[in-house]
Amino acid sequence: MDFSSGRKKSLTNTQTELYRHHLQFYDQPPLENISLGEFEAFAVDRLKLLKTVENVGVSYLKGSDQYSNKLVSELKSLNFPYRPDTGPSEHDKRRKDHISHFILRLAYCQTEDLRRWFIQQEVDLFRHRFDELSPQQKLELLNRNNLQYATTSVKEKILLKDELLNSSYNVSGITVEEQDFYKVPFQDALDLVRARKVYLKAGYVYIPQKDIVTIVLNDFRTRLSKSLAVSVLSSLLFENELITTSQKATNFFVYGRVTLCFPGPEHFTVLTARSLPAVHSDERLQPLLNHLSHAYVGQDYSIQKNVGKISLDQIDSLSGKSFPLCMRQLHQSLRENHHLRHGGRMQYGLFLKGIGLSLEQALQFWRSEFIRGKVDADKFDKAYAYSVRHMFGKEGKRTDYTPYSCMKVILSNPPSQGDHHGCPFRHSDPELLKQKLQFYKVPASGISQILELVKGMHFQLACQKYFELTHNIDDANFSLNHPNQYFIESQKVLGGGKEIKREVDTAQRLQENSATKGSAATREPAADASKAEDEMTEDLDSYFQDA
Amino acid sequence: MSSQNYDSACLPDLLPLYYRRLFPFSQYFRWLNYGGVQKNYFQNREFSFTLKDDIYVRYQSFSTQTELEKEMQKMNPYKIDIGAIYSHRPSQHNTVKSGTFQALEKELVFDIDMTDYDDVRSCCSAADICCKCWTLMTIAIRILDRALRDDFGFQQLLWVYSGRRGVHCWVCDEGARKLSSAARSAVAEYLSLVKGGDDTLKKVVLTDPIHPFIRESLLLVERYFSRYALLEQDILGRKESVEKVLSLVPEDILYLKELQQVFQNEKKPETRWKLVKDHAIRKQVCISGTSKKGQHFEKEIMLQYCYPRLDVNVSKGVNHLLKSPFSTLSLSLLSFEPWTGRISVPMDLKELETFDPFAVPTISQICEELDRPRSGEEDGKSEDAKEKENEKEAAERRRIRDYKRTSLAKYVKYFDRFLDGMACSWKGELLKKSDLQKDF
Repeated sequence: MDFSSGRKKSLTNTQTELYRHHLQFYDQPPLENISLGEFEAFAVDRLKLLKTVENVGVSYLKGSDQYSNKLVSELKSLNFPYRPDTGPSEHDKRRKDHISHFILRLAYCQTEDLRRWFIQQEVDLFRHRFDELSPQQKLELLNRNNLQYATTSVKEKILLKDELLNSSYNVSGITVEEQDFYKVPFQDALDLVRARKVYLKAGYVYIPQKDIVTIVLNDFRTRLSKSLAVSVLSSLLFENELITTSQKATNFFVYGRVTLCFPGPEHFTVLTARSLPAVHSDERLQPLLNHLSHAYVGQDYSIQKNVGKISLDQIDSLSGKSFPLCMRQLHQSLRENHHLRHGGRMQYGLFLKGIGLSLEQALQFWRSEFIRGKVDADKFDKAYAYSVRHMFGKEGKRTDYTPYSCMKVILSNPPSQGDHHGCPFRHSDPELLKQKLQFYKVPASGISQILELVKGMHFQLACQKYFELTHNIDDANFSLNHPNQYFIESQKVLGGGKEIKREVDTAQRLQENSATKGSAATREPAADASKAEDEMTEDLDSYFQDA
Repeated sequence: MSSQNYDSACLPDLLPLYYRRLFPFSQYFRWLNYGGVQKNYFQNREFSFTLKDDIYVRYQSFSTQTELEKEMQKMNPYKIDIGAIYSHRPSQHNTVKSGTFQALEKELVFDIDMTDYDDVRSCCSAADICCKCWTLMTIAIRILDRALRDDFGFQQLLWVYSGRRGVHCWVCDEGARKLSSAARSAVAEYLSLVKGGDDTLKKVVLTDPIHPFIRESLLLVERYFSRYALLEQDILGRKESVEKVLSLVPEDILYLKELQQVFQNEKKPETRWKLVKDHAIRKQVCISGTSKKGQHFEKEIMLQYCYPRLDVNVSKGVNHLLKSPFSTLSLSLLSFEPWTGRISVPMDLKELETFDPFAVPTISQICEELDRPRSGEEDGKSEDAKEKENEKEAAERRRIRDYKRTSLAKYVKYFDRFLDGMACSWKGELLKKSDLQKDF
């Protein structure tokens, strides 16, 4: 690959040509410079999109109206191409689509599980977008990508009419008359052959135009699979560092831009050659790519917008109404045992910080509970208080720790004997989970739905279902990926934030009583109720508008 | 059913004779070399041998026909299996970096074993076969051969009698050899209609529309059903068999009781079957829409009793080893099962209807035939001339003369014709290649 400086600004001709079409097979990697910011933003947006694809795919029947509508709105909101227009405005969206796909390839090629996930979502996304094309556009796509299958002549169709009709209950007399049938080599249509859902003659299957999507999808899946394998090999070759090759490397780094250089099959051959000029590893990108595959891309709930809006005596009732199951469980064991181990303290403590507990309140909360157990006041102040302050960024290197996302709770630090943290949908034995849900009075049909989702390893969706059941609504209307998000959404459902009692005075009194210094930040103005409420609602709204 | 019991002491004597004078090495090599179109095709092929005392060795490979001969004559394998063509010489697989030694190609194969039909044949069970149940193999071959040719477009099919109780099919087309494991399993699934093990009563379920493949297969089954099932197997004769057949008739059918009653009076199997069919037609006409299942129960019965039962696992794996044609044994001498010592011979489908597995020569038979005084030999060379030829050629000629004197001859002849058929396509490939290399 030759990176002459003239390349810097304009896209190649082939790329411009590529962006004239709504859908592509991602055969050619993008060749241009983009800023690091764009690199990251594109990747994160596509990740959000793919996660939505995954959620929607489990919640609705693929291809149904609800499914399509949800996807279209997500595509739209993330600024990806969402309709097969050929307008110039689509150019940028298509470019984003192109680039973001390739960035995620790099992030998701490393392990079998990641590859499988990535391929599945990309195939589903492709299917949705393919379905939106007109028949004309579909044909065009096939032709452009060398999926040129011969069509049967009219004569042959008439001759084979009965066979075609009897091969698939999907094919009617009208289909045979009106549609073209493509002759596809059977190796390209294995699923249809395996299930004997298609007419097979002399090694070719006869597919009506309307069903050609299966073939196309198979092709797309195979190509993507192969490419990911190549990506892995290339990256392994250079010890897991992303390589950009260029002859004028320094120029690119100076301007804080990234030269996109993706290992393609032809590139791979070049890279295997021993003699490579100026190979640099780009340290800025690898950490990002590593984190993308474990990314939580929503809010981090670290900025406390509602500090002091919750009073400690509300926590018990809130735990039953608005806490996700993991936190409810932690709260319950804290109350029962007057103790929680470190993992539980972290998970629950940060969550409480996220819902608005101040440092003073937190100290009060933990202290009063632990004292009821085996810990005396002194010991608490010496040992545990430090850790609470640490959580709030008041000790050590003063990192303000962010509340754990669902991903983090599910993936890291699994609970062992005596622990109560983790995600109950993930870490509890299904029988115990069932009992727990029964104890919390979740209706039986709901419990079985939840258990089904758990079986399919859709833990966050199971929690979402728990949300829907405990709030008595049909559709949660959000994609759960953070416990604090659960809390906010719950409060929203239960009365748009109006239920959060402000009891500022109580809070202040508690602060004054606690051993540590009160924090000034929690002084709420004694404004009239409605104004404060508006403020609150506004604050809550801004949660949703954030990224 | 007769199976000649062999004195196991014979075998050590017979095998060396077989490999020195009878095994058709040049045809064998001609086959597996596939015209030399692809480099190292023969060299990278895996063979496995079962030797004396049940020693099993894998990853055998050979560079030339001569090497193959020499090794086999040295080792005298009791059984030979053919595996895949690998990325490297199998005999050197330990020297290859792990992960890079891979099975690349192999013929698409099918294995039909009579034991898989035990639930539907009454004459024999397990390893036994007789002329009555052999028809099942005939039906299997007819159906699969048609499907592989007409539906899949394969042309170079070699059917081989496995030597004991079944048949194998080797699909040698280039396209077939290059199929992935997923493709092989898809082909095998397409060809499978009988599903379920011991706890499944009803192993064939048909729904509308009836796929052309099923229709074609049914036509073939129907050709044999009357004679095979009704007459020879007598499935509607004896009480237990009748019950078994009727258990495949859908329960909701009001006619079931009727059928059972009618059977009290009507004893002839053909008539009974006709009654079953009539009821089936009646059900199809009546039900229309209320119950989709069970409309084709008479077809399902025919298929359950006759349709080929494949072992998908044999066909699926690219690296799966299968008994080689012209191999002898298929079990260890340590077992006490009587073994036949019959040679695994290629089958000429033109003579399928008259194929008799019990007429297939055994190794001791052909060794015996070898010792018979020569009669009616067409060989006119003088003794001197023979001595003047170089030894290898002489040995070759002798071997050719030798097998021709035995019952093995017609099978090797047929194998030759099969290879001739393939050779045309190899020639075409070689020409293409040399054109590309501008190699005139």
